[in-house]
Amino acid sequence: MLTLYARRRLINAMGLGISALAMLFGLFWLGWILWTLLANGLPHLTTAVFTQMTPPPNSTGGLLNAIAGSLMMTFLAALIGTPIGILAGTYLAEFGQRGWLAPTTRFINDVLLSAPSIVIGLFIYEMYVLKIGHFSGWAGALALSILVIPIVIRTTENMLRLVPNTLREAAAALGAPQWKVINMVTLRAARAGIITGVLLAVARISGETAPLLFTSLNNQFWSNDLNRPMANLPVVIFQFAMSPYEDWQNLAWAGALLITISVLTLNVLARVLFRQKSTTY
Amino acid sequence: MPTFLREVHMKRHNLLDILFRNITRLSAFAVLLLLVAIIVSLVIGSIPSIKSFGFKFLTSAEWNPVMEEFGALIPIIGTLATSAIALLIAIPVSFGIALFLTELSPRWLRRPLGIAIELLAGIPSIIYGMWGLFVFAPLFADHVQPWLIEELGPLPIFGPLFQGIPMGIGMLTAGIILAIMVIPFIASVMRDVFEVVPTLLKESAYGLGATTWEVMWHVVLPYTKIGVAGGIMLGLGRALGETMAVTFVIGNAHELSASLLMPGNSISSALANEFNEAVGELYTSALIELGLILFLITFIVLSLARYMLYMLTKREGSTT
Repeated sequence: MLTLYARRRLINAMGLGISALAMLFGLFWLGWILWTLLANGLPHLTTAVFTQMTPPPNSTGGLLNAIAGSLMMTFLAALIGTPIGILAGTYLAEFGQRGWLAPTTRFINDVLLSAPSIVIGLFIYEMYVLKIGHFSGWAGALALSILVIPIVIRTTENMLRLVPNTLREAAAALGAPQWKVINMVTLRAARAGIITGVLLAVARISGETAPLLFTSLNNQFWSNDLNRPMANLPVVIFQFAMSPYEDWQNLAWAGALLITISVLTLNVLARVLFRQKSTTY
Repeated sequence: MPTFLREVHMKRHNLLDILFRNITRLSAFAVLLLLVAIIVSLVIGSIPSIKSFGFKFLTSAEWNPVMEEFGALIPIIGTLATSAIALLIAIPVSFGIALFLTELSPRWLRRPLGIAIELLAGIPSIIYGMWGLFVFAPLFADHVQPWLIEELGPLPIFGPLFQGIPMGIGMLTAGIILAIMVIPFIASVMRDVFEVVPTLLKESAYGLGATTWEVMWHVVLPYTKIGVAGGIMLGLGRALGETMAVTFVIGNAHELSASLLMPGNSISSALANEFNEAVGELYTSALIELGLILFLITFIVLSLARYMLYMLTKREGSTT
């Protein structure tokens, strides 16, 4: 029979031991997944991947059109989503003290932040693809931009709230009108944080597959016409990985490694740029 | 400056102020509009399906594109079951990770470990899917599933959940992979809410001679329980809507089976697999109604999550 003290110590040691194991458990999957990617992707990451088009089954090729398509749509999505996100975030932080609009928007935005991305794809399909009658790069960029907006709004608001009020007051005391205070003082002071938000948003969308399935779909050939179906890495990876052809599967691994490296690099870059605890949720 | 010029100047700035304020207000309003537009467009898209199936859509397990008979029961069950498995695994693990990061880890290790867990959240879901299908599922089929079938299959109540043949893919595999994906989300919310506990409270408990575990269990957890629940709901919201990882490993079979080892289907993977190949208005519409159901479920879950997290910050604001 253990004494009460010994039992409490034992429970404590067990609890803490299990907690350390949980930490290892989490790291274990990260390590395993990254290892798998490196082992399967690195041997197939040749120069051909960057210089040739996606091949037909059972022949060699690369991912050039998919990489270009992904870059183009991601860039456009950020271009559409960032201004709206920054403006709305500014409203929440600078004008949102009174009224119903700011709290409601904040709430809805937080919900949209983790809304299922496949539904966003369906939405754009209904609103855009059906109307123009075919899949297109624009539709893909629009779907992705809807994912960008909530992330940028959230970080913009958070970062603007970190700007000390004395800064705003100092500018106002010099006679600057409010639009000048916000544009030339507060937003500028929060610049690093807002860029971090945009980078995190780009990281998030560059791996998104589900919203592109019904919007930009895929294109086996080189195309920079945004009004036509457009190749992109995630959908190509999905299609190639699920196929029975070994060449395609190998390319899928190379693409997977490529996408993960860029997403993780963006994540780390965002953190280095703004060394403050960021939220993933 | 002459007076009239100053007045013109002031007027211009007043005008610009109003303009700027309204542009930002409009952008904020656009977010609300976006939500309304999503719901309205999904409802309009699913009208043909709602008209022909009504409420039977929710309870029917029929999914027959040839006969144009559709029911959402199997995908709904698949979505709920995989998410439940994911939470069952992810909650204790996330709690352990958050405990480790807030109480146990040496200070210099906290940041790198926190980043590592957040990187786990950054890996795109399609990567989880590929890894799950090509690496995890075969190992799972060879080493774990036979054991589950042998040891747990004959049990009286839980037995049927673990019967069948070891295929690797299936609902259990999808649930496990979902668990790995939501762990970082739940863990980082838990860590954040654990950090809001006033140090005074913890030190008082330590001063009375409580062990770290007891402080965690009897002080920190009761204090933060709304926030923890919010974090769990947030993870649930993610798990419910996750598409690609599940699509790779769930097996995409429209069959109702008691066993978790058998292939099933989830709402999101049914959409991902079938939407582009759906022919006919009714088929497409049934799939859009599936999307509507998914959106409504996640919307409710995520709203609850946010509400709980707000409650915690509100209380935090009133007590300090």
